[in-house]
Amino acid sequence: MTPLIDARKVRYRYPDGTLALDGVDFQLFERETVALLGPNGSGKTTFVLHLTGLLRGEGTIRVCGLEMSKKNLPKIRSRIGMVFQDSEEQLFLPSVLEDVAFGPRNLGLPPEEAARRARLALEQTGMEKAAGRAPYHLSAGEKRRVALAGVLAMSPEILVLDEPTTFLDPPAERDLARLLHELPQAKILVTHDIPFARALATRAVFFERGNIAGHGSIDDVVRRFQWEI
Amino acid sequence: MHYDVLERWSRGDSYFHRLDARVKILALLLYLVAVATTHPFTWSAFAAFAALAVSGVIAARLPLGGMLARAAVVLPFSATFAAISALTGEMETASSLLAKSYASALGVLLLAASTAMPSLLDAASALGFPRVLVLVLQFLYRYLFVVTDQAQRMRSAALCRGSALRRGPVRERFRAASGALAVLFARSYEKAEGIERAMVARGFDGRIHLLYSPRLAWRDAVFLAVAASAAIGLRFLLTIPA
Repeated sequence: MTPLIDARKVRYRYPDGTLALDGVDFQLFERETVALLGPNGSGKTTFVLHLTGLLRGEGTIRVCGLEMSKKNLPKIRSRIGMVFQDSEEQLFLPSVLEDVAFGPRNLGLPPEEAARRARLALEQTGMEKAAGRAPYHLSAGEKRRVALAGVLAMSPEILVLDEPTTFLDPPAERDLARLLHELPQAKILVTHDIPFARALATRAVFFERGNIAGHGSIDDVVRRFQWEI
Repeated sequence: MHYDVLERWSRGDSYFHRLDARVKILALLLYLVAVATTHPFTWSAFAAFAALAVSGVIAARLPLGGMLARAAVVLPFSATFAAISALTGEMETASSLLAKSYASALGVLLLAASTAMPSLLDAASALGFPRVLVLVLQFLYRYLFVVTDQAQRMRSAALCRGSALRRGPVRERFRAASGALAVLFARSYEKAEGIERAMVARGFDGRIHLLYSPRLAWRDAVFLAVAASAAIGLRFLLTIPA
């Protein structure tokens, strides 16, 4: 089976000289949900930023069969949707509908089609009533849902969620888990939240000092790396 | 003025709120030019301009007292220049400066309080305002309050730890404030990078594509004609040369 994401020997050094990724090999297959676990600063977020071409290091990355290159970037970004840790940074337009339609408009869709897709994505995330609201009036859970809608409106094949449960209270966390569970896309979850990962992920990968130190089922990885309170 | 007040007012429902934002901007520009070019000693004209703005406030069903009080926020600034004029013996110029700035502020406030910021920015863009300026205003509006909240939290945290922000010698207070400012700047910079990343990840190519293209209605044309006639009429009919 061809992987949706095929990353080989990915290596990245920050401008200050810190080696953040040291030859990461990673694959993601259709319908999989993979949790990226590991300590702060182990390279999880740096790695997922490479998957959307936001950071470029050494090694090769193929997303949905497309080689990571400047020419392929627009196509890659339409296939892999990233929900950032701080939804506040993702919601920058004055109304929820406009924000969710931002991605589809960038894909070149006409305004009517972009608005239709945005409404559909808001419905999918249960936020259709917030279409006319200003993003800063939303709660943390609602912001996270709208940020997810902004990505879903682009109809991606892969979802990447960086610390999706940050700032969420338990009910909002449970709602988000339920929503993500229903979405058919392959997913990568960067998280410290083991119950959340356990509820969604089919396997886990453990990052340590810029490399993958181990992988397997969530329980197996958690036990091996003593990654629970 | 807390942003929430303007935000709430601008989402109201009145004839004035429903007018096309482009038309309101054009009407305001005419009004401001008329006010600014009116002869300093024409008190009847200033009263009429203020009455015009007040009638707009009433038509927009905005709280008159609140609007009049908030428009006064410009007075301390214009009072500085008015005081300079007064010191040079030009009392009439000084008082007309205050009258002009207050009438102008009321007009600007009427536009801001009766038009949702997104529509206002879309209209500015449609009227040919520089794209970079509109983008900057858009982000400023969206994130100014996020940064303000952040500053407030930092201040509370500093005060909890006995910071010199509120007491102590001026030099110490200045040092504490400048340190906090530097941290705030660094955090704002980080946030700006995060926003850029989020935009690029969703295919941003340097241009924000609008979702709606506003269309002018008859009522917009009628309003512009009436507002323009009123502003120009007041400017020329009520001007009494000194």
